[in-house]
Amino acid sequence: MSDVLLEAKNITMQFGGLKAVDSLAFQVKQGQLAGLIGPNGAGKTTVFNMLTGVYQPTSGAVFLEGQSLQGLKPYEISHRGVTRTFQNIRLFKGLTVLDNVLIAGHQHMRYGLFAALLQTPHFLQSEKDLHDKAMELLKIFHLDTKAHEPSCSLPYGEQRKLEIVRALATDPKIILLDEPAAGMNHSETHHLMETIAKIRDQFKLTVLLIEHDMKLVMGICENIIVLDHGIKIEEGTPQKVQGSQKVIEAYLGVEEGL
Amino acid sequence: MQDFIQHIINGVSLGSIYALIALGYTMVYGILKMINFAHSDVYMVGAFAAYYFARFLGIENNPGIATLITLLVVAMVCCSLLGLAIERLAYRPLRKAPKLNILITAIGVSLFLEYSGQVVFGADPKVFPEVMKDFVLFKIGDVELKSFDITVLLVSVIAMLALEFLIFKTKIGRAMRAVSSNASVASLLGVNPDRIIAFTFIVGSSLAGVGSVLVGMKYPKIDPLMGMMIGLKAFVAAVLGGIGNVGGAVLGALIMGLSEEMVVAYLSSTYRDAFAFGILIIILIFRPAGLLGKYSVEKV
Repeated sequence: MSDVLLEAKNITMQFGGLKAVDSLAFQVKQGQLAGLIGPNGAGKTTVFNMLTGVYQPTSGAVFLEGQSLQGLKPYEISHRGVTRTFQNIRLFKGLTVLDNVLIAGHQHMRYGLFAALLQTPHFLQSEKDLHDKAMELLKIFHLDTKAHEPSCSLPYGEQRKLEIVRALATDPKIILLDEPAAGMNHSETHHLMETIAKIRDQFKLTVLLIEHDMKLVMGICENIIVLDHGIKIEEGTPQKVQGSQKVIEAYLGVEEGL
Repeated sequence: MQDFIQHIINGVSLGSIYALIALGYTMVYGILKMINFAHSDVYMVGAFAAYYFARFLGIENNPGIATLITLLVVAMVCCSLLGLAIERLAYRPLRKAPKLNILITAIGVSLFLEYSGQVVFGADPKVFPEVMKDFVLFKIGDVELKSFDITVLLVSVIAMLALEFLIFKTKIGRAMRAVSSNASVASLLGVNPDRIIAFTFIVGSSLAGVGSVLVGMKYPKIDPLMGMMIGLKAFVAAVLGGIGNVGGAVLGALIMGLSEEMVVAYLSSTYRDAFAFGILIIILIFRPAGLLGKYSVEKV
């Protein structure tokens, strides 16, 4: 039990008559790089929304380090160490690259309003620490030279990277990546996956990622959960999932008997 | 020429008062995408809070810097508390409701404050305490710089610089910009949007409090409906500059103050309000997003 970081216990999400996710159960172990895959509309993003508190599961609950996250607001879940990126990029567009990262670091800052207005040493020091840490993170992704540009002026691939940097700045225990390679070409994707594996080791993170591209997930994930129509149809190592008849059917359809 | 410069000074002084109030509209709009119609009545309550507190302390005929600062603090505190209460009791329960419901609630809160004000404070105008003596501070040529105008300018500039620092240099300001840009993402990054929204109401309302004391000083007749016209003009100023844009609100307010002063000086005081709203109509036709606002075309 001790090495399970995140656990979903029979979570169900019902929108009116539609069961987007149906009593899904899975575990993500400490330090693991896990993948959540499935065809379009399988409910992958809905799972992420339940894990981060955007949706409250209709039934079932999510546990982080054995503690239930039920009823917590997204910002409270973020404080506990769960963070995410988005399938469609959601940066703070009008803000600079650096500001985007700084906001994510706020929860670790403790200074009051008066300290800020009076410019106390404590205020200046904590602003400086936050700034240095943000720049360090940006450097890993080679974004440090663009720190003061508006985030919306970055090319697409770098915006994706910035989302990851921003998520890392919350100092998470687990990072949920929603199609991090969406819209990237083959070599960019390959490079990104290496970076993800690298940050996992460097920050001692646990990673759960959603991906469409089967090849990519097979390359780096240690455990793969396959979702179809809101139901888990397979789970296991890449080899096991790859050979599974159910998975092939979900992706390619059932062969009609001729 | 001297006249013209004198009018500019008066116009800027009037404009900076509009700016203090316009900032409250624009900040709340920036973060919640709603027009807080009750804002002008928060301003009115600030004036009455200062009035009663001055009488309570017996400093209503005791002009000077100490009186000014005391009344500014009292008005700011009372306005912040009222702004906070309005947000908590009237707007927060409607956070997920359609925008129209919140808009109508805002009008309701505004009417509630105006008419409660008439019941509680009485409908008859009151004389605002003498905060400062109006005398000529400097004279450059024939241009007179009066103590009122200098005070209004100084206090507004300090308040706006503090706001600028708050928004662009502190973590809560960054959080405000983040929530304004995308509240749900900010929440996922550990920012509590409700706290930031409440804080925005506190800041906006306390600026209205500053405005109320400055207006009370300059035009010492206060009544429960005093917020209506100035609120409307500050709102026009915010729209003129591009609602949701802090710099735009100040720019819009200065344009409003100057043009109003010029209309009164060179045309006729009858047209001062007509001119103000004429500007609004023209802006809405030619630049619907305001001078500094960004007009975004929804991508399909």
